[in-house]
This record gives sequence, C-alpha cells and structure tokens, in this order.
Amino acid sequence: MHIHELEKRWIQISIALLAAFAVLIGVAAFAFGVQVPTLERRVDPTRLDEDPVWSNPGVREIVPGEQYEVYLISKAWQFVPRTIEVPAGAKVTFYITSADIQHGFKIVDTSVSMQVLPGYVGKVSYVFREPGEYMMICTEYCGLGHAAMYGVIKVLPPQK
Amino acid sequence: MSEVFQLPRSEKKLVVWHLVIAVAALSVGGLFGLFQALNYGGVDLYGFLGKLGLKSYYQGLTLHGVLNAIIWTTYFIMGFLTFNVVYGLKRPLKSAKLNWAGFWVMTLGLILAALMILSNQASVLYTFYPPLKAPWIFYLGLTLLVVGSWIEGWGLAWTFFAWKKENPGVRSPFIAFAAVLTFILWQLATLGVAAEVLALLLPWSMGLTQGVDVELARTLFWWFGHPLVYFWLLPAYISWYAYLPRQAGGKLFSDTLARLAFWLFLLLSVPVGFHHQYLDPGVPPGWRYIHALLTLSVVVPSMMTLFTVVASLEYAGRKRGGKGLFGWIWALPWKDPSVAAQLLAGLIFMFGGIGGVLNASYNINMILHNSAWVVGHFHLTVGTAVTLSFMGISYWLVPYLTGKPLPEKVARAQVWFYAIGMTIFSQALHSLGLAGAPRRTPLGNAPYIPPEWQGLLLRVAIGGVLLATGLYLYIYIMARLAWGKAKKPVTVEPPVAEALHDPQQTPAWLDSWRPWVIGAIALVVLAYTPVLLDLITNMVPVDAPMMKLW
Ligand code: HEM
Ligand SMILES: [Cu+2]
Repeated sequence: MHIHELEKRWIQISIALLAAFAVLIGVAAFAFGVQVPTLERRVDPTRLDEDPVWSNPGVREIVPGEQYEVYLISKAWQFVPRTIEVPAGAKVTFYITSADIQHGFKIVDTSVSMQVLPGYVGKVSYVFREPGEYMMICTEYCGLGHAAMYGVIKVLPPQK
Repeated sequence: MSEVFQLPRSEKKLVVWHLVIAVAALSVGGLFGLFQALNYGGVDLYGFLGKLGLKSYYQGLTLHGVLNAIIWTTYFIMGFLTFNVVYGLKRPLKSAKLNWAGFWVMTLGLILAALMILSNQASVLYTFYPPLKAPWIFYLGLTLLVVGSWIEGWGLAWTFFAWKKENPGVRSPFIAFAAVLTFILWQLATLGVAAEVLALLLPWSMGLTQGVDVELARTLFWWFGHPLVYFWLLPAYISWYAYLPRQAGGKLFSDTLARLAFWLFLLLSVPVGFHHQYLDPGVPPGWRYIHALLTLSVVVPSMMTLFTVVASLEYAGRKRGGKGLFGWIWALPWKDPSVAAQLLAGLIFMFGGIGGVLNASYNINMILHNSAWVVGHFHLTVGTAVTLSFMGISYWLVPYLTGKPLPEKVARAQVWFYAIGMTIFSQALHSLGLAGAPRRTPLGNAPYIPPEWQGLLLRVAIGGVLLATGLYLYIYIMARLAWGKAKKPVTVEPPVAEALHDPQQTPAWLDSWRPWVIGAIALVVLAYTPVLLDLITNMVPVDAPMMKLW
C-alpha cells in the first residue's frame, strides 16, 4: 500500500493527539472531579405532590454553613421554588426533576448545567465561592413560555 | 468535451427534482433564520408574521430546523449521491423506477410533516423530544421520509453491486464507492430514529400506549443525531476529495487514504451519541466517558482528510505557479465561485472542527451545553462546511444538468456574502454562549438579558442579514439556472479528479465491504446494548401534559 512519508508522520501525530485528548478528559473527569450530573432515582412525574420529598421542594440545610440540598422542580414555565438562598462556600447539591416535559437547567456564570427530564431526578453539586445573585435559566425548549422561564439563586455571604 | 457522459433521461430528471425540493426548502427555511437573527438584534417581526399566520417564534424555528437541517440536506444529498453513482459507474440505475418510488415516498412524508408544522400542530422543533406530542401524521411523515431515502439508497447499492459483478477485479470508482458508503452510514444511523418513532412515538401519538420514556427516546434519537452530522459531511468530503482538486487544476493526492478515511468515518460516527447526552441524568457516566473517547477518535480520519485535501490543493497551487510556504494558496483559482465556496467552507470548517473537539470534552461541554455557542458551532459545520460546499457543487452540477451558464459575478458575490456574514454571525453566537445565553430562545424577548449581551446580540443580527443575503443570492442563481434563458446551451464536464496513483494499486481490502460493515454494526451493538437494556428495563413512561404548550 502506497502511503506518502509525510502522510505517515501526520497520521502518527493525529493518533498522538487523540491519546492526549483522551488523557485530558480522563484527568479532568477523575482527578479534578469535573462532575457531570448523575441519576439520583426515577420518579413518577404526575405524582410529585404525593411524594414526601417532592411535595415540598426547596432548600434543606444539612450542615449549617457547609452543606445544603436543593430540591427543584421544573415545570412549564417556572422553576419551583423560583428563588433559592444559600451561603457562599457551602457545598450545594441540586436534585432536579420535571413535572411535565423536558427542560434545561443552567446557572449562568457557573459550570452547573443539566438536562431536566420528567421521570428522572438528576443530581449535581456546586460550591458558590462569590456571594451575589445568580440566574438560573431554562435551556431546553419547553413551549411558548420557554424564554421567560428563569429563577434566581441568592448566594449570601459565608456563615462563619 | 463533446463526449461528456450524460445521465440517462430518467436519472437526470431524478437528480434535478431532488435539487428542486432541496433549494425550495432552503428558500423557506432561510427566511426564518433571518427573522430569528433580527429578533436577537431587537427587530421583532413576529408581530407582523402573526398577521400572515405564523403562530410563534417556535413554529418558525421548527420550520427553520426541519427545512434546512433535514430537508435541504437530505434531498441535496440523495440527489448528489445518485449523480455520483450513475456518473461514477457510467451506468444507468439498476431500476430507475425503484429510485423514483423512493423519491415519492420521501416526498409524501415531507408533505405530511410539513402540513402538521404549518398548521402549528407540530411546533416541536426538529428534535421532537417527547413528551412534546405532535399528531401521529407528523411522525408518520418522518417515517416515510426516512423509508423513502432507504429505498433510494437500496437502489443505489443495488446498482453499485451490479457494476462490481460486471467488472470483476476492477477498483470501484471513488465517487461511486464513497456515495454508497455514505448511504450505508445513513442506513445504520437511521435505525435509531426509526426505532424511536416506530416503537415509541407513533404508537403513543395514536393513543395505543400511555407514554414514553424520555431518556430512552433521547438515546435512540442521538444514535441517529450524531451520525446525521456525518451523513451531511461525507458528501461535502466527496467533493473536497474527488472534485475540488480537479477544479483547482490538480489531482487526488491518495485514493488509498481517501478510502481508508471514509471507512473510518463509517466505523466511528455512529457509536458516539452519548456525547450529546453528557448532561442527561439517565445515561451512566462510565458510558458517557466511553462515547467521549470514541468521539475523539474521529480526530484521526478528520486529520487524514485535512492532509489529503490540503496536499491535493497544494499540488494544484504549485502547478499553477504558486511559490513558497503559503504562496500556493493564492495561486488557487479563487475566481471560480465553485472553488471559492468550497475553499471557504473548508477553512471555516477548521474552526468548526476545533469547536467540536471542545464541545466533546466533558468539562467544557458543561458550560456550553444548549447554549448559543452550539448554534454558532453548527452554523459553521452544517450551515457552512456542508451548505456552502453544496452551493459550490451546484455551481457546476446544475449547469451540467440544465445546460445553462452560471452567472459568475453574482455567484462570486454570493460566496463572499455568505462566508463573511457567517463569520460575524457565528463568532457572536459563540461569545454569547460563553456568556451564558441559552439556545432555542427568542433572546430579543427574554426577560433576563443582562446589558453586556446587547452588543453581541446586535452582531448576530448584522451577521445574519449578510448571511441571508448570501443565501438568497444563491436562491436567485438557482432560479436563473432553472428558468433563465440561455443564448446557447453550455456543455459542462463534471470535474472528477484523477488520482495521483492508479486506483488499481489501492489494496483490495479497502474496496471490500463485508468486514467494514460488520465492524460498524458490531461497534454500535457494543456501544449501545447495555445502556439500552438498562433504560428499557427501568422505563418510566410519561405522557404529554394536558395543557397546550404552543
Ligand atoms: C439565512 C441564514 C441563516 C440564519 C440568519 C440563521 C439563523 C439562526 C438562528 C438565529 C438560530 C438560533 C435560534 C435559536 O436557538 O433560538 C438558528 C438555529 C438553527 N439553524 Fe440557522 N440560520 C441560517 C441558515 C441555516 C442553515 C443553512 C442551516 C442548516 C443547513 C441552519 C440550521 C439551523 C439549525 C439546525 C438550528 C437549530 C434549530 C433548533 O434549535 O431547533 N441554519 N439559525
Ligand atoms: Cu423549560
């Protein structure tokens, strides 16, 4: 088979490049703990109000100033609750599901982002370093009111 | 020039009709692109459009996505593949009737789906994610569209293998080979969406089942959705590998590596769909990582393509007297609109490719997922690398088919309007995405826009207007080639490049199908079975909400 000398070299470089990318993602994923949202459990989206956890969405303080859980429901066309308050420096774990159709969840100026699916509870954690107001917006088309679907996370100064 | 091979009458008509529908779709789809871009810039025409019957931004966006990304591409591609098989083999279709049947099935599907979208019953965007629920006629239309394309593809493969039997031991001509390979990729890819529609969406929309599992549906959709990208790209690659070098005055640098690259694309483009689902809770993270690795492997055939195409062009540029490290680039025939279109498409695609590698990385994807960045990205890829190449291809293909000369000056302007408009438009969208702006949103009306985004939004609108100008110049040129009067008919020879080395030297294993196709199927099975089984056993069927959403 006829392969030009330069071309052979080029293919070798591409393979090396590929290996480098693979290692980089691996390192990012495992060493630095870049965390993609994971599945917490499955739920029946039509029965959220009968569920002990989901009938009362909102913020739960686990360890004051250090650890919080946020249960958030997306539905056309709002986040429930619409406003969330947590302190800076605390580990905040979001549990998010949808009561109707697919939505998106993104906190602007952070790396937090998730596809929100009815039937699935997604989980993702984040530590807000800077106090201030963060916008959470819907990033998946969910019908006419999609563009107006947003909420606010108020990050308070650290409690210590 | 007198002995240019002409397609048989029926085949020629078939190719022409594909192009007619493709261009018609683009001419409607492009219009909504313009309205969207204007909305971003604060010029909201939707109130006015409402008087004409458009119900919402999203109905327009559904039309834009479906007509541009599905109809324009698929019709152009099926027409171009048909041309490549017949012209490459210098042989009529085994059964032109079969291919016509495929065409009509596709078109019936298109009509059904279009009726549902136009009546605002299917404003579900081109991804039609459940539990958004359209009427069953919409899903039936999609099914026919896909099945029609299969019938056409089977007709092409049948013709190709008949030729192989008639010509034992002869290497198949590259363009015919690559066309059939592109169809096989499509066949493998569309099995996913066919399963989604036939097993989940169609029965559900007909009231036979109560709901669908959304993660299962998404997984089947993206089994199709990513290789769809390669179904768009490979025909452009056929042109870059096999036509562009000749148009530039050179040869195909390596027939062998061209084939190898195409096989690698077939192997690697399907088992990678989870990279569209990095942020989906229902896909196990380990599998997301495996698909991430497979996704990046596409770097290898992509780099091979870059090498071969650039080497072929350099050869041409030097033959034309270009000197120095980069001098050959200016020596290329930039004045030829077909060449300029493809060179710019390729150049812009390099940025698209880099953006793609970024998207494919987990940590960056978390920031970019469903943001305006993604919109910027695929306007560089399908919107330019593919679309602008197809425009360039039409600049010789349509004159070949209709015998009318290309209005060169307008075509030259067309190419630059499109490329410059796209650069401004997509650069602004990439930046907006990094700033946090979501996609699929009329940002001109969203209540949460911070003032810093305004400048970028305006740039989207300005770029969009230039881009739309380029798009409609193309439509104008196509109309002239269809209906204009030619003083005397021109004869155009399709610019198929010779290979630098005799293709007969290409090893036989690169021209044999079974091992590669089996390999591709095996990879898909391995990459999907465990997750599909998990999703199927744990299904949570969900129905559409009672409330009307659009
Ligand atoms: C006149 C030229 C064009 C302009 C001004 C334009 C503009 C836009 C804009 C502003 C959006 C974003 C809408 C949103 O996310 O809310 C969009 C989406 C999109 N465009 Fe274009 N576009 C053009 C041509 C094309 C072409 C040629 C293609 C493909 C061949 C294309 C494919 C798409 C797709 C697939 C989407 C995403 C639809 C969705 O999210 O459902 N566009 N376009
Ligand atoms: Cu939403």
